[in-house]
Amino acid sequence: MTAAILGESNATRGIPEVSQPIAAPAAPRLEWRVATVIEVREETQRARTLVLDVPEWPGHHAGQHVDVRLVAEDGYQAQRSYSIGSAPEEKTIALTVERLEDGEVSPYLIDVLRPGDGLELRGPIGGYFVWDVAQRGPLLLVAGGSGIVPLMAMVRHHMLADDKTRARVPVRLLYSARRWDDVIYRDELARVAERPEVEVSFTLTRDAPSDWVGYRRRIDRAMIQDVSWPAAETPRAYVCGPTPLVESVATLLVEVGYDPMRVRTERFGPTGS
Amino acid sequence: MQVEQMRLDGNAAGGMLGELFARDVTAALATCGGCGKVGPVGALLEYGHGMGVVLRCPSCDTVMVRLVHAPGWLRLDVSGTSVLAIPDAVSVS
Repeated sequence: MTAAILGESNATRGIPEVSQPIAAPAAPRLEWRVATVIEVREETQRARTLVLDVPEWPGHHAGQHVDVRLVAEDGYQAQRSYSIGSAPEEKTIALTVERLEDGEVSPYLIDVLRPGDGLELRGPIGGYFVWDVAQRGPLLLVAGGSGIVPLMAMVRHHMLADDKTRARVPVRLLYSARRWDDVIYRDELARVAERPEVEVSFTLTRDAPSDWVGYRRRIDRAMIQDVSWPAAETPRAYVCGPTPLVESVATLLVEVGYDPMRVRTERFGPTGS
Repeated sequence: MQVEQMRLDGNAAGGMLGELFARDVTAALATCGGCGKVGPVGALLEYGHGMGVVLRCPSCDTVMVRLVHAPGWLRLDVSGTSVLAIPDAVSVS
């Protein structure tokens, strides 16, 4: 199990190496703010991106998330976490939300919210699943479904770095989706993949177009060995998606020699509905 | 729903922990009171429910943090955590 492996390495290391902290945005207490929807973008049949203007947004790091709160007239509250998909360099923040049919929150965000509407949120949240291009070294990103969202913030952050910095941080992205039409940010990822320092691979687990040349199965050891950086290059890995995918990929990465402290995971689950 | 599908990680509890702590706690290193393993709070296993969260040790399953909203109270039980080391700033180590 991933968990056991993580624990073992932590014990042998005690406290991991501490690098210089990146200048953290002033951290006022986490307060609820009312953001304004600037734009709603259709990404796939089930996913929309909400571009939000957040008053006094302190800035974020790639990989962080926000909590969104909906309050009904009778006072009933529902709260969910959504990853930020936009780069830290952008002035607005973008959340990409996938519609879960029995969800309490995502149908509202997708079907009801329109530009000009307000949305209550707090953030940015999280200092663990974060990445900055200044960290250097090869970067491996593995996404399952809408787990691509926080990884896209990393890709976009990477794209906005200067040429020299970018060249020091080659990126490989492996994205697992059920079918091609479920792939979020498809066109943008195609453009990103034209960069010499970025490689993008897809695997489709349910249906694939007849002319599909990519992978057509769940992520397994052979695929990880094909796609990932050799462990000897001391890559960093970020894995985000449904719990079973995240745990299986993190385990595979450690099995092929990745340093467990450099494999960071974020699990998506039904409470993200 | 299977238990595995309900499991998230400590990242997801960041907002609720932010109601209590001035610093970001997901990057903090927590020592398990059960087995002594040290790891980031963000990598603990989270089991969410309506009123709050439970964070368990990924190695031995000890309940390290219980955070529950009860009427009039926010109740934190960290009896399963022996040490919490919290960095000054968001660090990208």
